[in-house]
Amino acid sequence: MIERDQVLHVARLARLRLTDDEVDRMAGEMSKILEHVEKMSELDLDGVEPTSHVVELQNVLREDAPRGSLPRAQALDPAPDVAQGGFRVPSPGQG
Amino acid sequence: MSITEPEARAYEPVIGLEIHVQLKTRTKMFCGCALSFGEEPNTRTCPICLGHPGTLPVANAEAVHFALMIAMAFECDIAPRSIFHRKNYFYPDLPKGYQISQYDMPLARNGRLGDVRIHRVHLEEDAAKLVHAGASGRIHGAQTSVVDFNRGGTPLVEIVTEPDLRSPAAAAEFGRLLQATLRRMGVSDVNMEEGSLRLDANVSIRPAGEATLGTKTELKNMNSFRFLERGLSAEIARQEELVRGGGEVEQETLHYDPQSGGLTALRTKEEAHDYRYFPEPDLVPIAPTEAMLERARAALPELPAARAERFERELELPGDTARLLSFRSELGDFFEEAIEAGDGDARSVANWVTNELPARIGGADPADTGVEPAALARLVAMVEAKEVSRSAAQEVLDVLVADGGDPRAVVDAKGLSRADTGELAEIVERAIASNQDAVDKVRAGKAQAIGAIVGAVMRETKGRADGGEVQRMIRERIGS
Repeated sequence: MIERDQVLHVARLARLRLTDDEVDRMAGEMSKILEHVEKMSELDLDGVEPTSHVVELQNVLREDAPRGSLPRAQALDPAPDVAQGGFRVPSPGQG
Repeated sequence: MSITEPEARAYEPVIGLEIHVQLKTRTKMFCGCALSFGEEPNTRTCPICLGHPGTLPVANAEAVHFALMIAMAFECDIAPRSIFHRKNYFYPDLPKGYQISQYDMPLARNGRLGDVRIHRVHLEEDAAKLVHAGASGRIHGAQTSVVDFNRGGTPLVEIVTEPDLRSPAAAAEFGRLLQATLRRMGVSDVNMEEGSLRLDANVSIRPAGEATLGTKTELKNMNSFRFLERGLSAEIARQEELVRGGGEVEQETLHYDPQSGGLTALRTKEEAHDYRYFPEPDLVPIAPTEAMLERARAALPELPAARAERFERELELPGDTARLLSFRSELGDFFEEAIEAGDGDARSVANWVTNELPARIGGADPADTGVEPAALARLVAMVEAKEVSRSAAQEVLDVLVADGGDPRAVVDAKGLSRADTGELAEIVERAIASNQDAVDKVRAGKAQAIGAIVGAVMRETKGRADGGEVQRMIRERIGS
């Protein structure tokens, strides 16, 4: 069972502002997800490797060869604020 | 005072290091952007390393290769299968809102370097660089910052040691061995000032002899081994004072200011360490094949620790000399080539390579100067054969470093060959005649007065005579 303050904690980590109603709804939905996962522990899964990926692939690697980068103007184009050739942001740690 | 009183106890520090190494690949960890070396900001980016939606990372084969080499160099157990995780946190230098790193299935574990155990070795991507654009230029004073994503996505290997270090000096010494080892392997520039080698240290204290660990603090981003040593000493002293005063160490992250010597706590939000790791769904596992392992093994050169040991054992070099030749592998290479040229005793050649050569070339690679290894070996052999005095040989080395060439030719051209005994005897005779005062003093028992006479001879011969031999001749002649 997920409590309200756990929802608020996760919301804070995800930088989400939730209304009171949303907090209640999320608590319910998140609890259901956990219950569903809980159900799986009823199965005997000894010796079954945890799935980290749904396709059976490994060592998909790229050759270490440069492929060219974006022109700076294009890289900065979507930025809301630009200064000194960079993305301008509020300084971290300013609360 | 009883030994159990806190103020009487001896404390021992317990130190572990967390090291980040930027790999010297051509491109970034998960995209084809070339690595940046001081280019204009944001000229080495693409939709992948800028974290645009819908882009997919693909791991760099060479970064995996370098990481495997590092794991092997540290004698780690390489995981048959390792996976990437997302480490989630918000910070402007992290465009995706998470860093791709490794968590509970790292590339390698359980290694060692020297007598320090390595806990784990894993691959991850570097963050971007934040330039604080505010008035004071410091994090807390600035209003806005500017993000440069050139560095974002650079391949990093993180190396975590076990808390096996017991003094700041030992931590610095280990750091130097690690740096020399990685440099020798050619997998990183390992330059602390430029940030391609970054060190964090965990430190706690405990009553000497006790097995339990005290509460540790973390010193962040020590940017030289000297500062690492000083920062650790300051922090250990702070913890000791705290504990002796009946206080308790609080777990916190500290910044050491080498200018003031002060330690300041970095503000950390409680939830900042709740990274909610989960497997990166966009990347598949790394399961090193026999071919990958074989390629990494074959690429490993002889490492500094092994080389130093070989120099000591096979060539009977003193420990310090052997270590210097291994830690500065360019000096070691030069030395080995000189030895192979066949002239000169190994110990004497090592002496010249570790003393006289650095005195002239500083930190440069001797291969970039005029002096050939074989030429230095011949010069050392000439000194041994007493064909040239030590001081004249130093003058020859000046010429060799600047212009190259053959030592014998330099000796002939500059008239530096050793004064022969007949010539020397005459010069000694003259020096005695014109320094009667000093002769009287020596005869009266003031042994050091002989220096004036020796000096006169050395001046006359322009250093072509051997000081010891000159002294002997003077003593013989004046009968003291």
